Amino acid sequence: MTSLLRRTFLTSSLWAILAAGCSVQESAPTKVGGSPKPPVNSEAPVEPAVKLSGEVLADGSSTVFPITQAVAEEFMKVHQGVKVSVGIAGTGGGFKRFVVGETDINDASRPISEKEVDACKKSGVEYLELKVAIDGLSVVVNPKNDWCKAITVSQLKKLWNKGSTVKKWNELDPSWPDAEIRLYGPGPDSGTFDYFTEAVNGKAKESRSDYTPSEDDNVLVQGVNGDKNSLGYFGYAYYSDNQDKVKLVAIADGDDVSTAVLPSDETILNGTYKPLSRPLFIYVNKKSFEKPQVREFVKYYIAKGQDYVKEVQYIQLPENDLKEAQQRLTEALSAK
Amino acid sequence: MSVPTKLQEPHLARRHRIGKAFEWACCGSTWFGVVVLGVLLLSVGWKALTWPPAKDKPANSSTPTVEVKSTSAPLSTKFFSSYDSRKPREAGILAAIWGSLWLIVLVALFSVPIGVGSAVYLEEYSNEGRLKRIIQVNLSNLAGVPSIVYALLGMTAFVKMFGFFTKDEGKLLVINLLFTTVDVPLPFDRALISGALTLTLLVLPTVIVASQEALRAVPSSIRTASYALGATQWQTIRYQVIPAAMPGIMTGVILALSRAMGEAAPLMLIGALTYVAYTPGDITNVSDIFKNPHGLLDAPFDKFTALPLQIYQWINHPRAEYAHLAAAGIMVLLTILLLMNTVAIVIRHKFQKSTRW
Repeated sequence: MTSLLRRTFLTSSLWAILAAGCSVQESAPTKVGGSPKPPVNSEAPVEPAVKLSGEVLADGSSTVFPITQAVAEEFMKVHQGVKVSVGIAGTGGGFKRFVVGETDINDASRPISEKEVDACKKSGVEYLELKVAIDGLSVVVNPKNDWCKAITVSQLKKLWNKGSTVKKWNELDPSWPDAEIRLYGPGPDSGTFDYFTEAVNGKAKESRSDYTPSEDDNVLVQGVNGDKNSLGYFGYAYYSDNQDKVKLVAIADGDDVSTAVLPSDETILNGTYKPLSRPLFIYVNKKSFEKPQVREFVKYYIAKGQDYVKEVQYIQLPENDLKEAQQRLTEALSAK
Repeated sequence: MSVPTKLQEPHLARRHRIGKAFEWACCGSTWFGVVVLGVLLLSVGWKALTWPPAKDKPANSSTPTVEVKSTSAPLSTKFFSSYDSRKPREAGILAAIWGSLWLIVLVALFSVPIGVGSAVYLEEYSNEGRLKRIIQVNLSNLAGVPSIVYALLGMTAFVKMFGFFTKDEGKLLVINLLFTTVDVPLPFDRALISGALTLTLLVLPTVIVASQEALRAVPSSIRTASYALGATQWQTIRYQVIPAAMPGIMTGVILALSRAMGEAAPLMLIGALTYVAYTPGDITNVSDIFKNPHGLLDAPFDKFTALPLQIYQWINHPRAEYAHLAAAGIMVLLTILLLMNTVAIVIRHKFQKSTRW
């Protein structure tokens, strides 16, 4: 027993010695990550002039992830000391961290919600909303299909909803042929699937499962192209590469087919093509602009991001929106 | 062997047949696993060495074909020297492999002293009693707890630190070593050290139980003999018991470490499923350690990714090329695990030779 006591004493004195060497300090969050504090030079150009370091923490939507990933990848080639990490917690999951100031940037495939705004106020987080790209979905049929030129969202819901028993075209519209309808769509891992199910069926990931799924858009195009009675959906940007193989269907929001709108760069950008187009955002914590590496990253995002938007198959922002984003950023930066 | 005749045993032929059938059944069971593993290795290996056939893009394709220069296979030297990328043919596992190595080293650093220490205490010092029995039962139970449960614990205890420190204040614990200082952010957040500590919790019961078994296997006559020669309890444990138990302890530790290496779920929950294109402490090869020794101290507090996570991310990617990258990652992970198990076997043999009773 005495030996046990002595051992306890020894270890506890060891801890005491260790603890004496430690001290808790308050410091700017820039130092988190243990890198030396970078020289503050806020007016640095996008090309490297100052050696930046430190961390940029981004999280949020898996839809916006490819854009932020591409920007991060290229940004880190220019600024080799900066460590950008991009998470995929989903828009809501990302906001949970963002509203308490855990992350610098949140990727969002929808605008911030009331609740999240309140949470921001509560914890004193001020944010800057920047539109970065447009996401559009296209519903397509075979080029030989001469009956389905437009479809309503309620028809789409009837067709695609979970447990749907629609087997033939004439079940959707009596004037359509009595032919079996064959469906093609992205698999449940893709953001396109989440978005379509949410916009059409009202709940993300709720979909009938007896269709031909593929994560490879090319397979969907081939499928619809080879089958007269087929219908499929995928990202609009992918359609523009395959205009000769499939035919677009106009979409009417609601029940009235006469209001149907064909997706095009124009209708998607001006927002009349609903509900299958949506803007994509990043939210930046204004306090993070105190960190030079975050300032540069967001500047880079807005300056160069549009090149990568196209590459990862989203629709580039129209000139006005881009200018607006640039202006908002400049204002936010100079407000410091 | 004298062959029994039919006269002696009328059912002998049938009994022999039953025996043969049983032998074949057992043989089949053995080979079942081997065949499945072989098929898996072949298909994964094949995938790791080839790219999927190139898509014939339509002529009016507006996306520029950037991926002109292509390496011969996903599993190439480039695979080890580049970070993850949005272009599959340029992606690699540099960040993931260093993340995994750091995890293993840190988990070993944490779990070996604690695990072996508690095993020695339970086996050599503590008295038999109610308390010890309770601890013992709990340890055995903990060894079977699913990893996701430990992940929740790790999330609260290490990533958030029970909310004691709010991120806003940016608390830094500055530890003064003699020649340099280490900045420890509090809470740890989604850093390497959170992952390592969570995995340590996960493997500790396994390490303790394995070490206990090894200590128990040391015959008590050895201890008695040591006491009889005038050795103290410390001397007995230090010079007789632990060396004798070492092979068993090491085997247990290495097997536990390989389990930690393959775990993805706990790391995913603590939020390590991210795109990370840098290595902990900026150490990308061994010479960096000498150029920037402070990186060693910074590394545990960096964000990280690990091999199983990278594989998971790639498998979930819609593009076909990423499935091949994932296969290449699986080959690397399997190779590392096989190497670790080989090391376990070698150590066991080495120590067994040196024990002379």
